[in-house]
Amino acid sequence: MKLQFPSYRLILEELGGLARFTGQFFRNWAAPRMEIQEFFRQCYMIGYRSVGLVAITGFILGLVMTIQSRPTMARFGAESWIPSMVAISIIREIGPVITALICAGKIGSGIGAELGSMKVTEQIDAMEVSGTNPFKYLVVTRVWATTLMVPVLVCCSDTIAIWGSYLAVNMKNETSLALFSQQVVDSLSFSDVLPAFIKTFFFGFAIGIVGCYKGYTSSKGTEGVGLAANSAVVMASLLVFVLDLLAAQVTDTLGLN
Amino acid sequence: MPLNMTNTPLEKVLEVRHLYKAFGDNAVLKDFSMDLYRRENVVVLGKSGSGKSVLIKCIIGLLRPDQGQINVLGKPVLDLTPAELDQLRVRVGFLFQSNALYDSMSVRENLEFPLRRHGRDKSREEVNTLVVEALTNVGLAHTVDMMPAELSGGMRKRIALARTLILKPEIMLYDEPTTGLDPITSREIVQLILKVQDIYNTSSIVISHDMSCVRQLANRVIMLVDGKCHADGPYESLMQNPDPIVQGFFH
Ligand SMILES: Nc1ncnc2c1ncn2[C@@H]1O[C@H](COP(=O)(O)OP(=O)(O)OP(=O)(O)O)[C@@H](O)[C@H]1O
Ligand SMILES: [Mg+2]
Repeated sequence: MKLQFPSYRLILEELGGLARFTGQFFRNWAAPRMEIQEFFRQCYMIGYRSVGLVAITGFILGLVMTIQSRPTMARFGAESWIPSMVAISIIREIGPVITALICAGKIGSGIGAELGSMKVTEQIDAMEVSGTNPFKYLVVTRVWATTLMVPVLVCCSDTIAIWGSYLAVNMKNETSLALFSQQVVDSLSFSDVLPAFIKTFFFGFAIGIVGCYKGYTSSKGTEGVGLAANSAVVMASLLVFVLDLLAAQVTDTLGLN
Repeated sequence: MPLNMTNTPLEKVLEVRHLYKAFGDNAVLKDFSMDLYRRENVVVLGKSGSGKSVLIKCIIGLLRPDQGQINVLGKPVLDLTPAELDQLRVRVGFLFQSNALYDSMSVRENLEFPLRRHGRDKSREEVNTLVVEALTNVGLAHTVDMMPAELSGGMRKRIALARTLILKPEIMLYDEPTTGLDPITSREIVQLILKVQDIYNTSSIVISHDMSCVRQLANRVIMLVDGKCHADGPYESLMQNPDPIVQGFFH
């Protein structure tokens, strides 16, 4: 087999395709009222099915970050700063990004595979023939659902991570939950929480649109389904990092630090 | 032109003229023309990959031909707005080669799906009556709460047929309705198609290369070879046709 490196052309084609698809989303973004039921069903599927995974990783994240940072903080005699440090890093960066990556893996691949197999087995064509606009019914509802549910999942994950951090702090030296919470709340400012919260909507949008794009435009054949799921995860994860970089730049420029 | 018993010409419900369709360098349809009259079953015969599915997807507006005209029930398919096309599609049923049942939905939800858009004025009971009636027609009323994955291939085909018939179309397009089924099941499907024609007065285009199904169904056979209409006529006359390509199908 010949080794193939992705050419610039392919990457540009891919970006062009995604941009066109996003344009199509914005032309159809207001799905008619009758798709509202499907939207809620998707919110339930996307949110409910991922909340366990997101909770576990959040918990471990908070726990491990606290345990790992303790020796260094102790060396500087700054152990009392651990709650603030962990809270800020989780809320501002690690919580949103890790949760978004997990969602890219779970939700992005799920949407990619589902729409991909619907495409391959002509179910999307069948919808069109029976008078339902498949783009509005399948794509618009899913993209809205991920855009709104990923922030919710990030909030869950952040909260549980901080709770995990409390447990880790508590393992070494008794701290009351009240004192810990006080420290966390005091260390967080508006400019920590808001930009981080806003960027999660973009993460959610990216995950939804990439999953739908890959599934909806997947080529015929069963291997097309696997490919759609796989490349949805890769592309969505990459986009999460790119968006994170952009968000950091924007908040920095706006002086929201 | 086929005549009915009183020798008046039958009403033409579908007309395809000089259709061209290519995918890149792969020219699939090259100047294909055909007609369909009311209450007529036309079977389109052709080798695998000759473009039969492409043809009926063009007719229903799922694919856009490069050139040519298509008239369905007096409407030029290629010039319709999306809303007009939707209106026309209520009157034209399409049975997909792969059934295309929605596998995340139960049989009932599958059948209700076409009514979402075209039966919004109907009450719950009316919808339920329609669903039960459509399932009874195909003899599968007991599967109403099952999922497509729990059904056999022949049952799925019949459910797909029921889903198409729920809007009582005037023209039916069947894409290989019997392929992959055993002879008994495929005979059942053929009987079903004939029954549908009887009950709803439909005209049909049937794609098939199952010769026993062709013999039972066809009022007329059209052979699609090299993207063109190679031969057109009743089953018996094609059987007598000395053309080697035609004979290749019949023997
Ligand atoms: N969406 C598509 N994109 C590119 N090529 C296509 C597409 N659909 C069909 N083709 C090509 O058109 C040709 C005809 O395909 P079609 O599905 O109409 O064959 P068919 O006559 O229905 O065959 P079969 O009996 O196997 O179903 C094939 O060569 C196929 O590769
Ligand atoms: Mg075919």
